[in-house]
Amino acid sequence: MTYTDPIENPAGAIQTVMLGTGYSSLAIGGAKALPFHFFDGVMPNPPRIAMEVYDAEPSGWPASLTEAIGDVISDPVAWAKACVEQWGADMVCVQLASTDPNGANRTPEEAAQTVKEIASAVNVPLVVYGCGNAEKDAEVLKKVAEVVSDTVLAIGSASDENYKPITAAALGYGHVVVAETPIDVNMAKQLNILITQMGLPSNRVLIDPSVGAVGYGVEYAFTVMQRLRLAALNQNDAMTQMPMICNLGREAWRSKEARATAEEEPIWGDAEKRGVLWETSTAITFALSGADVLVMRHPKAVATVRTAINGMLDQ
Amino acid sequence: MGLSGIEIFKQLPKTNCGDCGVPTCLAFAMKLAQGQAELASCPHVSEEATAALSEASAPPMRKVTVGTGEAAFTVGEETVLFRHDKTFVHPCAIGVAVSASESDETIDATVAAALAADFERVQQRLRCGFVSVVGSSDAARYAAVVSRIHAACDLPLVLQTDDVAELTAALDAVGDSKPLICGATTANADQVFALAKSKACPVVVRAEGLAAVMELTEKATAAGLTDIVIDSAPSSEGKAFRDRTFARRAALQKKVAALGYPVIAFPGAHAGGDELLETTYAAADVGSYASIIVLTGAEPWRMLPLLVLRQNLYTDPQRPMQAEAKIYPINNPGPDAPFFVTTNFSLTYFIVAGEIEGGKQPAYLGVVDAEGLSVLTAWAAGKFVPERIAKFVKDSGMAGTLSHREIIIPGAVAQISGELAEELDGWNVVVGPYEASDIPAFLRRRAG
Repeated sequence: MTYTDPIENPAGAIQTVMLGTGYSSLAIGGAKALPFHFFDGVMPNPPRIAMEVYDAEPSGWPASLTEAIGDVISDPVAWAKACVEQWGADMVCVQLASTDPNGANRTPEEAAQTVKEIASAVNVPLVVYGCGNAEKDAEVLKKVAEVVSDTVLAIGSASDENYKPITAAALGYGHVVVAETPIDVNMAKQLNILITQMGLPSNRVLIDPSVGAVGYGVEYAFTVMQRLRLAALNQNDAMTQMPMICNLGREAWRSKEARATAEEEPIWGDAEKRGVLWETSTAITFALSGADVLVMRHPKAVATVRTAINGMLDQ
Repeated sequence: MGLSGIEIFKQLPKTNCGDCGVPTCLAFAMKLAQGQAELASCPHVSEEATAALSEASAPPMRKVTVGTGEAAFTVGEETVLFRHDKTFVHPCAIGVAVSASESDETIDATVAAALAADFERVQQRLRCGFVSVVGSSDAARYAAVVSRIHAACDLPLVLQTDDVAELTAALDAVGDSKPLICGATTANADQVFALAKSKACPVVVRAEGLAAVMELTEKATAAGLTDIVIDSAPSSEGKAFRDRTFARRAALQKKVAALGYPVIAFPGAHAGGDELLETTYAAADVGSYASIIVLTGAEPWRMLPLLVLRQNLYTDPQRPMQAEAKIYPINNPGPDAPFFVTTNFSLTYFIVAGEIEGGKQPAYLGVVDAEGLSVLTAWAAGKFVPERIAKFVKDSGMAGTLSHREIIIPGAVAQISGELAEELDGWNVVVGPYEASDIPAFLRRRAG
């Protein structure tokens, strides 16, 4: 029997979403095949890595993480510059955790000021996540969208509770919406329908499928993402053709396996390598299942995943 | 598997005699197509039909077992490209390589690390799968090292050398333990296939590219071998991914029997000595059709993420993993510690337990058998209801452990609090947070 490569030619294509502006602009998505399936079709933009920056110094992070980030951890602008200049991030993901009404409860104006300062300090596009409180995020992201309108941001996450004000802000100031639904193909489609029905073009939406880390539901996200991608490519289903963003850094570093010291869990071994690998193994799993943007935290994990993606590109 | 029920039916006698235990030939054909019956159950089927059907109904991917006894592993027999189409069947084996040229101390240390990589998670044992011994063109040394490792551990062995003298010596020593011969190349195929045949051991065939691999698997089949593993000798992680994808597609979709074998991966070959990169590549291998993954080290910090990832991706999507229903003490709780209950869906358990642990406050977590469903689903299905929770609490003996009588239920089932209080006489039912992520704040408020 002679061998021929069993290639496939998917009918659909992933949208190309443009973020940033001018020299800092960056294309997301655009694939016409499953991830890294170059033999089936193009993947013009490899998964981008967005490094996290918190708007206020995070507490409770393990030493293996805070020591790697260093002193910049208390200064969002310096942190963002380190992400880009030292650690080679494609994008910066600003996490506005301090706007949480149950926490520091910073105002939308303060949050927008932070984003503005970061945007002018780095030459890469920004993703801006609120604190996860639907009502507050709507206020905060509206202000951010207005104050930082000279570049295209990805703002989110918009859920079924607050997609209207967030989409309106994105429409008004030219931004991209991150649409988040809880690990479900149909809910993701439904939210994309609602958002695009408001008039936002489908190349200005990113899908956030709400991922879990290795050991904490990674398989659900892996499968939902594969199913979304197959629907986009094989069924040519327009409402699944948005690029996907995985907010995985915080999930990986929330897990006990990434956080425990070697003294606490001697049979698990070196804490830093274990934590970094918890993040990289989560990230590469999502890169394989369709992530176009990986939101990551540890500089070493970022460097490793970037090299791993480059290794996957070598076919 | 390859044929539909109707295609199989055409080959059957169509007498509806019922001798196979199924009333009609059509029904028997349908069972055959679903893999629920064996063709041998039909005493009347013709020889030609048997030949035609056994060829076509052979699994699209062979099963291969390496090792003997409890630690033996089986890979292959996969039937889908995507886990959501059914499930992945046999979890990939993840093991460690050590060179026979190393000192005995180094070899012993690697074996010790392999044995120490042994974890329990959701009532499953997760451990390093094998030790692969790399040759150094010294048959006596190779046989001695292989014997030394075999005596020191129960893990299956991989004989990772093309040197026929080394393989012969090692197989004389440990051939009965069914090691994986790794392997046969175009240069040594005749001799290695003869060794594999005489010792009844599985064998890896290695050649550059899938076309060359096919030639070797066909040659192995002609030599009477069935337990074959393939290695297309890829020069990058991307090429390894491409070849595995092609092999899986060819076997499952194009019925290319010569590629219907498990694939072995060596992520370290592309990582240039970077152990974090190697392990990250190995994670990619777990998620993309590798059946046997050979690492250059077995330290727990790299084995744990890979073994947990494997457990996750190889879970049957139709049958979620269940945590053991029992009381879990977290952060050394005393008699005054808060007492939570939740369901035994493994993800629910891990997330709730993780949040309590992360909150650094001591607590007891009672995991109720709700048949593996999450809280809301279990409540809706009548599996996480006051009666069951009350019985669990009474059987748990927590009344004797605690100095208080307070039970915290998930916020998602706040509506059952009244009824549960009635079922649990003398207990105070507190409604906890809706989201597990709010548990640390909830505990802080309670403590402070």
